[in-house]
Amino acid sequence: MKKRLPSTSGSGLEKPLKPDLKKRRLFLQSGLAAGASLIGVSTEASTVPGKLVPGWSRHLGAGVASSGYGIPSRFEADVQRRTLDWLHARREASISFTPLQSQQGIITPTGLMFERHHGGIADIDPERHYLLIHGLVKQPLKLTLTELMRFPSVSHIHFLECAANGVLNYPAAQYNSLQFTHGMLSCCEWTGVPLRLILNEVGIRKKAKWILAEGADAAALTRSIPIDKALDDALIVYAQNGEMLRPEQGYPMRLLLPGWEGVTNIKWLRRLELGDQPWDTREETATYTDLLPTGKARQFTFVMETKSVITSPCPENPLPGKGRVAINGLAWSGYGRIKRVDVSVDGGRNWQTARLHGPVQNKSLTRFSMEWDWNGQTALLQSRAIDETGYVQPTLSELRKIRGSRSLYHNNAIQTWRLNSNGEIENVQLA
Amino acid sequence: MYSWHRLVIFITFFISAAPAMTADQRYGYGTVPTEIEIRAWDIDVRADGAGLPDGKGSSVQGEALYLQLCSACHGEFGEGIGRFPALIGGEDSLDKERPKKTVGSYWPYATTLWDYINRSMPFGNAQSLEPDQVYAIVAYILNMNDLISADTVLDRKSLPAIRMPNRDGFLSPDPRPDVHSKACMKNCRDNIEITSHTRNKP
Repeated sequence: MKKRLPSTSGSGLEKPLKPDLKKRRLFLQSGLAAGASLIGVSTEASTVPGKLVPGWSRHLGAGVASSGYGIPSRFEADVQRRTLDWLHARREASISFTPLQSQQGIITPTGLMFERHHGGIADIDPERHYLLIHGLVKQPLKLTLTELMRFPSVSHIHFLECAANGVLNYPAAQYNSLQFTHGMLSCCEWTGVPLRLILNEVGIRKKAKWILAEGADAAALTRSIPIDKALDDALIVYAQNGEMLRPEQGYPMRLLLPGWEGVTNIKWLRRLELGDQPWDTREETATYTDLLPTGKARQFTFVMETKSVITSPCPENPLPGKGRVAINGLAWSGYGRIKRVDVSVDGGRNWQTARLHGPVQNKSLTRFSMEWDWNGQTALLQSRAIDETGYVQPTLSELRKIRGSRSLYHNNAIQTWRLNSNGEIENVQLA
Repeated sequence: MYSWHRLVIFITFFISAAPAMTADQRYGYGTVPTEIEIRAWDIDVRADGAGLPDGKGSSVQGEALYLQLCSACHGEFGEGIGRFPALIGGEDSLDKERPKKTVGSYWPYATTLWDYINRSMPFGNAQSLEPDQVYAIVAYILNMNDLISADTVLDRKSLPAIRMPNRDGFLSPDPRPDVHSKACMKNCRDNIEITSHTRNKP
């Protein structure tokens, strides 16, 4: 959690602080002094009586290009992707979570985007990488990155969410943390080539109904994709948030299937094979299938359904005190645009419509907010998203009633935060 | 009026003609791969066995390979070490409170096992096995699950013929949206009971 403090730190002019802020401020000052000595900038206060001049207002800061690739302020060092080592046997086949509690706006900074790898991060030399398109095509094709980038390109903002986002919170409330309840989610601008252009290039044979997408990583991860999606809005992307993909996001090229579960967006894409039926790979049979109470499992459940969550307050962002407070959050839908978000402060008994912040884009994170006069009493905060198809985000009970408690994937339930009288938030579930 | 009409026709022609690439309006970027290149990259094996190479192996031959290459993670008996996946067990557990998804209890196709081992195993040394070795390891895992005998020889014909216990356990297409909630605004519910809560930090 971050709190912005008045910029009097180091000025020597002390104003009375609230007790809860004092501790943090002392910490901040000591950190500032330690950091400052490292880069040789004085933080001593002005000696002129009545003047309020912190060190950074008096002395020159670092020059241009001090860092050829800029990084966040050192005071934001706790904004980090995090993982849980018990989740998987090895970090090369595990997941990290985006710190949504610190995300301001709809774009996830590239370095904070959650990661899911099945065979570690492939370190690919683009000069030695190519994409092969073959199978039920009229003419197979081999494309290097340079050749792919010659095609007309588009840039679209889309969210990307792991099918398992919310799995830790599905059987029961497990962690008091937005990062771990919802952090297998990010939203970025993606730049690449519409897959339909590439398919037009090779010529689709009539019998082709599915496409196998394969990664060049040590898992050679594969998923079967229906050809309708490939011809609709699928992209082969090579850039993210204005720069080439990061290695952990599939450099030099990945598939992007807007609104579909993360694992289908094959990273380090090396091969597309057109066929007349799905392949039934491990990641579409043994895993990423949704087990129902009957013992049967749903397969090829691609869409990430409509969902929202309050990001402030949340467990990492408690309320500083009663009075007028802002409730902020994010909403998204794999079916299309967000139409409306409602907020409840009484556990879903009564709802008010929140304000949507533009741009409201297709299959993208969308901000919402509501101002609320908090009287300091315990409250149960919820948000509920509705998309342009009319789909209404369900409660956890409604989901479990249909899918039971072992389907694990695709948990898009309404999240409940209990606001305690001290302003702290607790992750709870309601009957 | 006449010229207005012509303008519409003119614009309509260009709007409809511009973005749609016809088959012979290709960009022509990239190169045509050779058959040898395609074969070298095309490693997949489909559920029906399409893509299985020549070669063969039995559980008897697979035992030593399994113990050498697989058991450190999956256990000597396929029971799974720590968080590494178990390969055996879980029969009749899928509709129970604690379902156990393994090769024997959950996987619908034996061919998928071949494909997965061939492309990604052993963990950290992927695509290093010969077809005979993959057939043998697959046979050993299926034998541990009591699905084939120790001397059954698997090849491109016999492997796809194996019927896995959970072959009919999967449903598609996707029936969602399957949960139909309503956006009630006032007095939507009476009893609000907290059934689960946590203050645990990761």
